[in-house]
Amino acid sequence: MTSLTKVRLCVVAAISMSALAGCVTRQQPLYYWGGYQTEVYGHFKGDKGPEEQIQALEAEREQALAKGRALPPGFQAHLAMLYGKTGRSDRLVENLEAERTQFPESATFMDFLLKKFAR
Amino acid sequence: MKHIVTAKLGLTLLAISLLSGCATQAKYDYAEFRASRPASILVLPPVNSSPDVNATYSMLSQATVPLAESGYYVLPVTLVDEAFKQNGLTAPTDIQQVPLAKLREIFGADAALYVNVRQYGTTYAVIVSETRVTAEAKLVDLRTGKTLWEGSATASSNEGNNNSGGGLVGMLVTAVISQIADSLSNRGHAIAGITSQRLLAAGRPNGILFGPRSPHYLKEGVPTP
Repeated sequence: MTSLTKVRLCVVAAISMSALAGCVTRQQPLYYWGGYQTEVYGHFKGDKGPEEQIQALEAEREQALAKGRALPPGFQAHLAMLYGKTGRSDRLVENLEAERTQFPESATFMDFLLKKFAR
Repeated sequence: MKHIVTAKLGLTLLAISLLSGCATQAKYDYAEFRASRPASILVLPPVNSSPDVNATYSMLSQATVPLAESGYYVLPVTLVDEAFKQNGLTAPTDIQQVPLAKLREIFGADAALYVNVRQYGTTYAVIVSETRVTAEAKLVDLRTGKTLWEGSATASSNEGNNNSGGGLVGMLVTAVISQIADSLSNRGHAIAGITSQRLLAAGRPNGILFGPRSPHYLKEGVPTP
């Protein structure tokens, strides 16, 4: 495939996506998703190590912050787990608490994890 | 002559079934859903009834977007999976057997979503190969054990190529597929994303209702502005 056709396909995809979004939702998504779902899939498949994911997700977090958009459910909890895997328990706790603050619905599970991992 | 009559009859029957399919689709009974009004959903790792080993995690990784955008808190899928693994549960069929009370105690979710991936993958044929993902889901209240909602959805890489209800979604499918046509292994994942959207996004016929974090919460049945 030539790069020109690739560009064209991307344009078609972008137009059809915006058309779709235009007719179905009519409003801005509730959350800033960025590449979060891709990171999650990469994590499940074992394609990416924790350090690599942390870098990518911290960049996404800055993007969300810069745009004034909310992080999606699970984002900060997932990041917490990655920090846990790299041995940074302070950042683990911080991110689990951030998830609980943003989404009080997560309190039971976050407290369960905090009890388990944070001594 | 006989053949023509048969063909005509067939067409008429087809037209009737298509028509009735659009006009009088049975309405889902939302009584239990409305009585329960869950705010948080625990998505359990989907059972995979397809031959492709990627199906479970492909679906699981794409289940959060439609549910969260419909107004629900979705328990973090990666940590939920990790929690099961640390308790020796790796097979989705085993995980889906865990008693509701136990799920409620650990995850604190109002409802659990049980997904079964019936079809996932590419069928190779001489002229056109097709990638199709079909999944069904059941939402169960973790406080009462009642089934709140059940549904199924399918998406296919070929739906953009004909006029059977393709429209904009069909265009999108075609665009997504063309983009990644050189990596067939990713086709299933892209199609699974569309299946997940059709299955789990609120505001669709017989789909789930909007959750508390959506501006459409409690406004079902009211015409959209």
